[in-house]
Amino acid sequence: MSDAAQADLPRARIATVSLAGCFGCHMAILDMDERLIDLMKLVEIDRSPLTDKKRFTQRCDIGIIEGGCCNEENVHVLQDFRRNCDVLIALGQCAIMGGLPAMRNAIMHSDEPLRECLDEAYITGRYIRNTTHNVPNDPALPLLLDEVYPCTQVVEIDYQIPGCAPEGDFIYDTLLKLLTGRFRGFERDKIKFD
Amino acid sequence: MDNGQQAGNGVSKTACCVIHVPDGAIAEICERFGNDKHRMLDILREVQDRFQCIAPATMDRIAEETGLTRIEVEGVASFYSFLSLQPKGRITIRLCDDIVDRYAGLEAVTAEFEDVLGIRIGETSPDGAVSLEYTPCIGMCDQAPAAMVNDVVLAGLTAETARQAAEAIKAGKRPEDLVSDRFSTLSPHERAVRMVDNNIRHAGAVLLGPVPEDVGLSRAVSITSAQIISTIEDSGLRGCGGAGFTTGRKWRFAAAERAERSFVICNADEGEPGTFKDRVLLTERPHLFIEGMTIAARAVGAKEGILYLRGEYVYLRELLEQVLEERRRRGLLGKEILGTRNFDFDIRIQMGAGAYICGEEGALISSCEGLPGEPKTRPPFPVNRGYLGYPTVVNNVETFCHAARILDQGASWFHEMGTEGSHGTKLFSVCGDCLNPGIYELPYGHSVRELLEMVGGQDAAAVQVGGPSGTMIARDSFHRKLTFDDLATGGAIIVFNGQRNVLEIVEYYLSFFVHESCGYCTPCRVGNVFLQKAIQKFRKGLANPEDIDYLKDLSGTIIETSRCGLGMTSPNPVLSTLENFPLVYSAMTKPGKDGIRDTFDIQSAIDGARKIAKRRSYIFDRDFTQ
Repeated sequence: MSDAAQADLPRARIATVSLAGCFGCHMAILDMDERLIDLMKLVEIDRSPLTDKKRFTQRCDIGIIEGGCCNEENVHVLQDFRRNCDVLIALGQCAIMGGLPAMRNAIMHSDEPLRECLDEAYITGRYIRNTTHNVPNDPALPLLLDEVYPCTQVVEIDYQIPGCAPEGDFIYDTLLKLLTGRFRGFERDKIKFD
Repeated sequence: MDNGQQAGNGVSKTACCVIHVPDGAIAEICERFGNDKHRMLDILREVQDRFQCIAPATMDRIAEETGLTRIEVEGVASFYSFLSLQPKGRITIRLCDDIVDRYAGLEAVTAEFEDVLGIRIGETSPDGAVSLEYTPCIGMCDQAPAAMVNDVVLAGLTAETARQAAEAIKAGKRPEDLVSDRFSTLSPHERAVRMVDNNIRHAGAVLLGPVPEDVGLSRAVSITSAQIISTIEDSGLRGCGGAGFTTGRKWRFAAAERAERSFVICNADEGEPGTFKDRVLLTERPHLFIEGMTIAARAVGAKEGILYLRGEYVYLRELLEQVLEERRRRGLLGKEILGTRNFDFDIRIQMGAGAYICGEEGALISSCEGLPGEPKTRPPFPVNRGYLGYPTVVNNVETFCHAARILDQGASWFHEMGTEGSHGTKLFSVCGDCLNPGIYELPYGHSVRELLEMVGGQDAAAVQVGGPSGTMIARDSFHRKLTFDDLATGGAIIVFNGQRNVLEIVEYYLSFFVHESCGYCTPCRVGNVFLQKAIQKFRKGLANPEDIDYLKDLSGTIIETSRCGLGMTSPNPVLSTLENFPLVYSAMTKPGKDGIRDTFDIQSAIDGARKIAKRRSYIFDRDFTQ
């Protein structure tokens, strides 16, 4: 892409957030290395862990979501993103499908799967050293959802970038194509994992 | 078959210890079936009948006797819904939970049974006397609601008759006593027709009119097997089970195989909801279809035959055994049939155990081999390598009946009836919202409207042709013709009037396929669940316009990636209603607001955590302390 073409485009505002993920997808964004500088010619970053801004300062063009929804705060933030961004991108497997956190959805043959999950994590698990024998319940802790939801079940998602985590190059290429209106879907070898 | 829906299937040890199963009894049952692993289904049915349960210790014992591993036995025992790893009552009441039964008042009938017996659906009474459960279509849609009480069928139930039956069962009467006080003095045929009305409304020239006995068979022994096959080919007969494969070609392929043994199997596993034509043929024309099987055996050189009778039709077993015995006595089965040298053929009955999928050719053969009823990969086709790896002809009951009549009357007689490509007559089993539900034998080529006039279903708003795996059509398609080329059907015609909810019907059919998927192919096992959930979304009014594309996409995937007919047809209720009732779907969709999904309900999602934490949500709940 030529410098002249870049100069014509107003910089897009981008917001990012990590919900029920491992922050790996954000690390993958940083993995673009020095191309971040190229990218910054095209975008400016609003609310994001990368800027440490906790709130939207204005409406954004693109929201990038890492992770699915495992608690009420995730839902609240995701809905906030939907209201404040024109386009939402689910980045990585957790945002798209629930990913590793969604393993707890596999506790099915129980009357109270959530309680069973918490008990095992904090009380009955074999390698737990929890002298209080209590499940943490500070008022500051958001309530957990009954199961882990992929983002698309909570709000409408416009694009998905698959991978765990997606490679930095892949994120860079895709964002660049989206920003310049050249995105036509992924190459087959990029979304085939076996 | 339940796909693990019955929670804790494998861990019933404590419960099962209640029933004492003597070791000798298991050995004796296995012995009776020659300790043959291929008779596993018979062995397990027998154990279930006698001890109401297939306990873990029993499975170990059966495995030992038949030389299988325990897990193989458990694989079969857990597959079929009439076999149970949990103890069942001495009497099991199975209420038919088809959509037609629901519309005919199943709810009131269920309420009476639950009320009198003091148990709910899915429960067994504490004294181990009675179990109550729902089962998919038992083939009595013309007299819904219907129920099975052990081997006895109760049809045309009302709230009153249901209460009487429940009270009699509670008072300790035997199931047979519900049918008649002098049940033991009745002949098997009398018993069958006392239980189930056959409702023959229109008899055609081929099957239900006057049929001379065994003329076709006598003619078959006077000609060569090649001549038999070319007669069937010339008649244009096509399979009547639904798929419509040319019968003559099937026989020719099987006859061309060189093998030490070959088999003829009659598929009497009509599980397609709304189909009950084979029930009528099995009751009223048992000699005719066995004659047809015998002719097929001569054509392909088979010496052994199997009649695969669906578990729900166990009430016909006695009648069919009697007919087989009579034919053996008269020299129409057994060694040197009709005195013909080298023409030996005999038939055994294989009972099914409540699995729809076993109507599929490959699954049916698996089931006969004592395996879980899972379809087989094709090719090889059964005509090349079927039962136990030998060439096998599998045909529907009706097809065999037609074959016998064709040999009697000649190919051209049959060929002249019907239309080009769809020759002869067809039995239509009509049920639902019409005045005269029952069996109609008609030549191919009538329009749906003509049939509706005949059955008194003029106010029909939708007609399901061919059962759930067929097509649902609206009034604007009633001119379409019942032929293989237009509206193909295995015989089921279900009529719905304008008060029925199309999406409710679709959801019911999907739940049926979810229950009946054998679980081998993931797109079918999982995809049908997703389809059902998506339809629920429509019913709740929470669907977005793009969900229609999702339905089409998902249906396409299921059809393309399943290996047997079940997965290839299970999305049909969705696809055919999308095509023929598009307004029903578009009326139930609305665009999402602000991109937030209406289907996600935060209150129900956090409810469990709220109870565990014993506090309100600081984000989504109002603070009532202020």
